[in-house]
Amino acid sequence: MDRNPQLNQKGELQHLLSIEGLPREILLQILDTAESFVGVTEREVKKVPILRGKSVFNLFFEPSTRTRTTFEIAAKRLSADVINLNITVSSATKGESLLDTVANLSAMQADIFIVRHESSGAPFLIARHVKPHEHVINAGDGRHAHPTQGLLDLFTIRHYKKDFTGLTVAIVGDILHSRVARSLIHGLTTLGVPEVRVIGPQTLLPTGVEALGVRVFHDMRAGLKDADVVVMLRLQNERMRGALLPSAQEYFKHYGLTADKLALARRDAIVMHPGPMNRGVEIDSTVADGPHSVILPQVTFGIAVRMAVMSIVAGN
Amino acid sequence: MRLHIKNGRIVDPASGKEGAGDLFIADGRIADGGKADRVIDAKGLVVAPGFIDLSARLREPGYEYKATLESELDAALAGGVTSLACPPDTDPPLDEPGLVDMLRRRAKALSRARVYPIGALTMKLEGQALTEMGQLTDAGCVAFSQANVPLADTQVLWRALQYAATFGYPVWLRAEDAWLAKGGVSHDGEVATRLGLPGIPPFAETIALAGLLELVRATGAKVHVCRLSTAGAVELMRRAKQDKLPVTCDVAVHHVHLCDMDLGYFDSLCRLEPPLRSQRDRDALSRGLADGTVDCLCSDHTPVDEDGKHLPFAQAEPGATGLELLLPLTLKWGQAQRLSLAQTLARITSGPARILGVAAGSLRPGAPGDVVLFDPAAAARISPETLKSQGKNTPFLGYELAGRVRCTIVDGNVVYEA
Repeated sequence: MDRNPQLNQKGELQHLLSIEGLPREILLQILDTAESFVGVTEREVKKVPILRGKSVFNLFFEPSTRTRTTFEIAAKRLSADVINLNITVSSATKGESLLDTVANLSAMQADIFIVRHESSGAPFLIARHVKPHEHVINAGDGRHAHPTQGLLDLFTIRHYKKDFTGLTVAIVGDILHSRVARSLIHGLTTLGVPEVRVIGPQTLLPTGVEALGVRVFHDMRAGLKDADVVVMLRLQNERMRGALLPSAQEYFKHYGLTADKLALARRDAIVMHPGPMNRGVEIDSTVADGPHSVILPQVTFGIAVRMAVMSIVAGN
Repeated sequence: MRLHIKNGRIVDPASGKEGAGDLFIADGRIADGGKADRVIDAKGLVVAPGFIDLSARLREPGYEYKATLESELDAALAGGVTSLACPPDTDPPLDEPGLVDMLRRRAKALSRARVYPIGALTMKLEGQALTEMGQLTDAGCVAFSQANVPLADTQVLWRALQYAATFGYPVWLRAEDAWLAKGGVSHDGEVATRLGLPGIPPFAETIALAGLLELVRATGAKVHVCRLSTAGAVELMRRAKQDKLPVTCDVAVHHVHLCDMDLGYFDSLCRLEPPLRSQRDRDALSRGLADGTVDCLCSDHTPVDEDGKHLPFAQAEPGATGLELLLPLTLKWGQAQRLSLAQTLARITSGPARILGVAAGSLRPGAPGDVVLFDPAAAARISPETLKSQGKNTPFLGYELAGRVRCTIVDGNVVYEA
């Protein structure tokens, strides 16, 4: 409990649970390794033997298509055997406990568990109970962290902007419920981004968010001014009407990214989105498909980043 | 049985007296002197009234897989607790005289610590219909409470306080606004924001407390506010006492030592109700307890089985075992506040005795023969093996804490020796 649960005794990456608490060197190691895999994903034979003979278990306690698929592709390109488990429709509904599920899979000789869970901290619990040769990668836990998404966002930013140390990054929308935002913020501050802004109404900003090292804006136009990077967050359907927001239309009016608002950012600003997008709710189609958008390259880079993480924790 | 305890350091928080001396117990009561059947040498030990705990869950009826009366009353004696009040959140809840009667008989037959059941304020703790408070009082209930179950309907709360005030029944309630606390599992602050845990804002407590105090003003009900967790609540209680409202309050022993930072990497042992709050809140509780705004400390003993804690933080069952930690943690608090031993121990003896309305918690002749002998300097490492409680769930596992009970006497009988 006392030691950083993500690192082994040598200070190397044992599990990837959160970007928070990881040294800058490890973040850069992941980004550099990912760089070397971008080439692989563009080759005709898209496989390297780094995880040959290893088993990767996709343990998704919460439904996901996109993240699960990219992990699966990444593992296969590293020549691993991939087993997909959709726990929402199997053990959990039969009453098996989280740790029992993991113990059973562990008995089937797993090497890497990719875990998504609706409860913040669940991957930490699993990491405390797996065997020493097993690795846990957090694929999203509650509102807490989504470190591979954060890393692919960092990779994308570095790809287009080269250097982190002069950037202004604006993250817009539902920060309160967003594990993507939390992971990205920790990554940006660790890598030396001098100005990280969060933009949203009070109802979608968590208490004391300034303590994460960000500046808070409620006025989107002010927040976007001279930004180099604009990260739009997905607004979940169930949050569009209720006590947090009156309607999707009103949300779009205040916080939807349109071409005229984007014009306040730097001329060479990039626009990112972790997907899946709600066009017309958080982002206008002309922006999503426009010249500033790097939303599709993000997906491509996501595979290279996930390959990098898996190869670093469990590579031969 | 007549006992003569000699060579000890007698500490009587009720009178504030502290010093070397002899203590005699005869016919179940503290005596002036006389011949003894047994002489106990208390050299190097403190001799104090047995501790009184205003909240200890014994888990019976209904949750025997978590703990039993036997296991928890053993834990009480090992912790020097000779009287305890148990909250009504059993299964079924203590809303029916027969249940309370059975619980009292079971506890009495075990002849260990004295058990004072707290009856449910509303049927099934559902917050709709009042319980038969009169009959429950006859069966042995000392107060009425909702345990940790919110009473959201303020109309019912008002009527319950009016009814209880009519007959002078004490009402013990936690102050937490059900709507503001809904879904929350931790203090709404920077730690919860970092960990992505749904928060309970501090004003969930102060808003509910302000409302409750207004209802006390209106009804005259005698209310004890349980488990304060915020600096704001301490302030509200201070003003209420200045206004001479008939209110008292307590804090759980965890909350004067720990704060939300202790959650670390989602440590489910720190999942408590109310949640551990900020350092500022912790320090205000600690000071409020020292200056008398907060009347007493309780263990809020809640044994949880391993399966209940081996879960992600939000899903883990709240609560911590505490009966055996009450003394060492109280001593640690008193030391930090630079209080005398008598002042320190008042928070777990004479203070809670006053709220419970019992004669225990004092060493004056004629008081019940409930006494504890402990070594204030002996340190022990807290581990699952050393805890007698069936619940091994405490955030203090691994801590070295000073203060070990050597002998517990209830009703003039030696019931525990170590």
